[in-house]
Amino acid sequence: MSVTIETPSRPRTRKQANWEKYGWLFMRVSGPLLIVLIFTHLVVNLVLGDGIKAIDFAFVAGKWADPFWQVWDLAMLWLALIHGTNGMRTIVNDYAGQVKVRRALTTTLWAVCALLILLGTLVIFTFDPCPAGASAELLASFCPAQ
Amino acid sequence: MAIKPAGTLYRGKVGMWSWVLHRISGVGIFFFLLVHVLDTALVRVSPEAYNIVIESYKTPVVGLAELGLVGAILFHGLNGLRVIAIDFWSKGTKYQSVMFWVVIAVTVIAVAGFTPMHLARVFGH
Repeated sequence: MSVTIETPSRPRTRKQANWEKYGWLFMRVSGPLLIVLIFTHLVVNLVLGDGIKAIDFAFVAGKWADPFWQVWDLAMLWLALIHGTNGMRTIVNDYAGQVKVRRALTTTLWAVCALLILLGTLVIFTFDPCPAGASAELLASFCPAQ
Repeated sequence: MAIKPAGTLYRGKVGMWSWVLHRISGVGIFFFLLVHVLDTALVRVSPEAYNIVIESYKTPVVGLAELGLVGAILFHGLNGLRVIAIDFWSKGTKYQSVMFWVVIAVTVIAVAGFTPMHLARVFGH
């Protein structure tokens, strides 16, 4: 029944930072934060009020006109994408046997992660809740065009 | 090689299945997240573009899929807390099986409570 674990052929040296350990720790720190961020996101967007029925441009404008929800969604964006990408990396490491395949998949994952974080961050901070020239009936009630 | 693997402390038990479910739910949530960041980014294109795409979230098929998404998020989050408890709480391994069933129970109850409310909105007018 006992399992013999071979001695690693190349023992870990303490010369460089242990990135796997930091990754492991990040998952356990970001996890509980994401529970608070995402569970609240689900309650506010899908449970309260009219739930999914109420979600449109004006709904998003109403939230992002408030810096509180801008920061909330920004934290959710960064933490969820890094947490998700690191989880996918773990799965790739488990199943991709060839080094080339593993590197290609891992590089793709982090590239997509960086791109979406950049896109999302720009969207949150350059968002105009009352864009000029938009038809008034699509805008939130606080817009001057209304 | 036709030896049937004997049960072990891990294989075929709660520890293995919670791990399998954690992976599957995690991958599912990850791909939804990619789509969700992109669809939300449409608010920067125009109100019309965003509204057209977000309408698809209110259709019956996607509406039903959202129940699965909410269930996956609840399970993944709560089971993640269980993983943290196993790692950091001295009694974590002792109660890991009980904690798994608590995670399942809370997930099922929460989804059961959310389902009628959500479906009334999706199928109502």
